[in-house]
Amino acid sequence: MNFEFSAEQIQLKDIARKFLEKEDSVKRARAVLEGETSYDEELWKLIGEMGFTATAIPEKYDGLGLGYLELCVIAEELGRSLAPTPFSSSVYLATEFLLKLGSEEMKQNYLPKLASGSLIGTFAHTEGNTSPTEENISCEVKDNLINGIKIVVPDGDVADFTIVTAKEGNDVGLYLVDLNSDGVEIVNQQTLDPSRSHASLIFKGAKTITLGSANEGWDNLQNILDRAAVLFAFEQLGGAEASMDMAKEYAMGRFAFGRSIASFQAIKHKLADMYIAVELARSNCYYGAWALSTDAPELATAAATSRVSASQAFNECSKENIQTHGGMGFTWEFDCHLYYRRCRQLAANIGSQSIWKDKLISSLERANQL
Amino acid sequence: MDFNDTTEEAKFRKEAYEWLKANADLKEGPKDGWRSASEEEGLEQVKVWQNKLYESGWACMHWPKEFGGRESTPIERVIWGQEISKFKVPGGYLEIGQGMAGPVMMMYATEEQKARHLPPMARGEEIWCQLFSEPGAGSDLAGLKTKSVLEGDTWTINGQKIWTSGAHFSDWGILVTRSDPTAHKHKGLTYFFLDMKSPGVEVRPIKQISGGANFNEVYFTDVKIPDSQRLGAVGDGWKVSLTTLMNERLAVGDASGPDFQEAFTLARGQDLNGSLAIENGAVREKLADWYCQQSGLKFAKYRNISALSRGETPGPQSSITKIVSGNKLQEIANFGMDLMDSAGILRSDEPDADQSMYQYGFYGAAGIRIAGGTDEILKNIISEQVLGMPQDMRADKGIPFNEIPSSNK
Ligand SMILES: Cc1cc2nc3c(=O)[nH]c(=O)nc-3n(C[C@H](O)[C@H](O)[C@H](O)COP(=O)(O)OP(=O)(O)OC[C@H]3O[C@@H](n4cnc5c(N)ncnc54)[C@H](O)[C@@H]3O)c2cc1C
Repeated sequence: MNFEFSAEQIQLKDIARKFLEKEDSVKRARAVLEGETSYDEELWKLIGEMGFTATAIPEKYDGLGLGYLELCVIAEELGRSLAPTPFSSSVYLATEFLLKLGSEEMKQNYLPKLASGSLIGTFAHTEGNTSPTEENISCEVKDNLINGIKIVVPDGDVADFTIVTAKEGNDVGLYLVDLNSDGVEIVNQQTLDPSRSHASLIFKGAKTITLGSANEGWDNLQNILDRAAVLFAFEQLGGAEASMDMAKEYAMGRFAFGRSIASFQAIKHKLADMYIAVELARSNCYYGAWALSTDAPELATAAATSRVSASQAFNECSKENIQTHGGMGFTWEFDCHLYYRRCRQLAANIGSQSIWKDKLISSLERANQL
Repeated sequence: MDFNDTTEEAKFRKEAYEWLKANADLKEGPKDGWRSASEEEGLEQVKVWQNKLYESGWACMHWPKEFGGRESTPIERVIWGQEISKFKVPGGYLEIGQGMAGPVMMMYATEEQKARHLPPMARGEEIWCQLFSEPGAGSDLAGLKTKSVLEGDTWTINGQKIWTSGAHFSDWGILVTRSDPTAHKHKGLTYFFLDMKSPGVEVRPIKQISGGANFNEVYFTDVKIPDSQRLGAVGDGWKVSLTTLMNERLAVGDASGPDFQEAFTLARGQDLNGSLAIENGAVREKLADWYCQQSGLKFAKYRNISALSRGETPGPQSSITKIVSGNKLQEIANFGMDLMDSAGILRSDEPDADQSMYQYGFYGAAGIRIAGGTDEILKNIISEQVLGMPQDMRADKGIPFNEIPSSNK
């Protein structure tokens, strides 16, 4: 049995970590949070130069032709360092939609630029205060033109194009829309994590290109969401571990009642609970990585398991990290809140915890038909 | 990243499976397992089965061949564990001997003693118990008081042990005592092994919350132990105990009892307020949580196995197994009974009754969270030994043992 990343993959992870540390990724996340820009363009450019955006794209589309295991280790480091870039939207979602469902012509048009990072893509799905379903989606496509409104689209204000869910007749289909085209209005939306920008997209007869066959849109979407869920889970895992490490480091140096607060059992057990959550999440994420990289039939189960487990770990660690810091944890100045915010943003990004738990049980029901 | 065996591993797995296939029955489902009518019958069946393993070279696989082992690699043990879990075979009774006493004997006993005691231990012929905990010393094991005094080359033991699993059917025991109450707490301990039939040893069963009596009080009144049965130096008993406890933690695995699969199957067949329980959102949410915990433990174990397979020492992941699986079992046990509504609390002596498995887990989980290191002690261990946080402040440091305040002073 070899249930571990290879030496080369671990080396890549180390390279990514050192690069993001050297570039002060966490400081940059704070700068975006406090400033006017939507993302850190310079860091995005550097990430492109490192080739991270090209990781899983085949060489014939100017990618590196590495696999998903490589992308997983990079995702973990981006999560650990809160990288304020459109990486998840462009790489885990837009790129995956094109790779899996795009026509050859679309692949040739889009993938090389996605690989270099010169083009940014995203995915627009949510329409209201509820999870999108096959029934409640109201954006509509007719004669290749789309009408309707999508909200909280991550990186919607900086993306060049988006993949969007919309109805054509009764079927939900997947479409590509150029965001610089006529009939698209983009409105910035403030969220609780301004280190990642969001926008609403108002479509008024914008041109669409159909992705995959229109009547399989919903099923195709589930598969892409499963693939993305594993990568999001690695980001969450990285964030969780970073929060745990921060909590421990602070506790070791902070003194109260004449002793290090790390010697109080309530704090020690808090850290032990974080460690347990992180270990479970890491092990489940590896399962997700294996399923993603081998296109295993268990992907739906493995993806939901890693997603749920990593969301739980990040939640546990980011909130208890604040608690461990006491009043300092509640200040704007300390970084605890950056992780607390990112945790919530990532947990919301491709569907809520309840939805993913439900998906997990549904996929087990399918796999285990009585 | 893959789950595949290496060529040697695959060859070994096949050999193990084929031997098991020829000597035992495959389980028919997750609920299927070996059942014995009574403790005595179970013990008899384990002895017969273990002897068979021994004769064919499958007992205590990592032990040296001269003591009945096979000199297997850690990964071979893991593979054996995976294969044997597919079969209906008797188990229990032997863990303390083979998992704790054996390794300690191997480190500290004389060649003669090893030759005398290890093969019967491997063969399942002699059963061992662990005489560590006392009424005043459980988590704080080093607070034990059972007195040992040396005269000539014979020790005299007086005192009381408690919670001793299997003492009532054990042939031998490992024992920690206080030989010097004026020394510091961890310094004055001395470790022995002894014949449980020695004059002055009295075993009294303790009734457990489940109604059964698997553990005991053991009283020592002027029990004589020859100095040759001391393991480690006089005053070094703490060091020897730590070796034992380390092996204990490696030996305890997953809490046994109903797990995700059982709860899932139950929810898919059980009615809840007019529809199937599995359609209830709260039920689905809980099931998802348990699935994630179970899966997390399973793949943490696979990561450990992979480290072994590469010849590395596994990480500290195993320290979380007992905490997570013990608490999960307690929740699932309650959930299973809850799904049967008011009738969930009905007792049945029928092992196949729907309630039985969950009620067994209901009691069992409460014990698992305590035995072999409580949840709280294990969290101390994670924070101190894995995360490197400071030890607890202690009120007993640097004081002679007999001056330390205690519960009954
Ligand atoms: C089913 C079963 C089988 C057993 N079999 C054996 C056996 O074969 N041989 C043997 O020697 N022993 C055996 N034991 C005993 C077991 O090892 C002890 O019960 C256990 O170590 C706890 O000790 P205690 O019972 O004295 O509880 P205590 O140590 O008094 O603990 C009571 C509570 O205080 C908490 N506590 C204690 N110290 C701390 C601390 N430092 N920080 C935080 N919380 C703390 C504990 O976690 C627990 O919740 C068995 C126990 C059980 C339940």
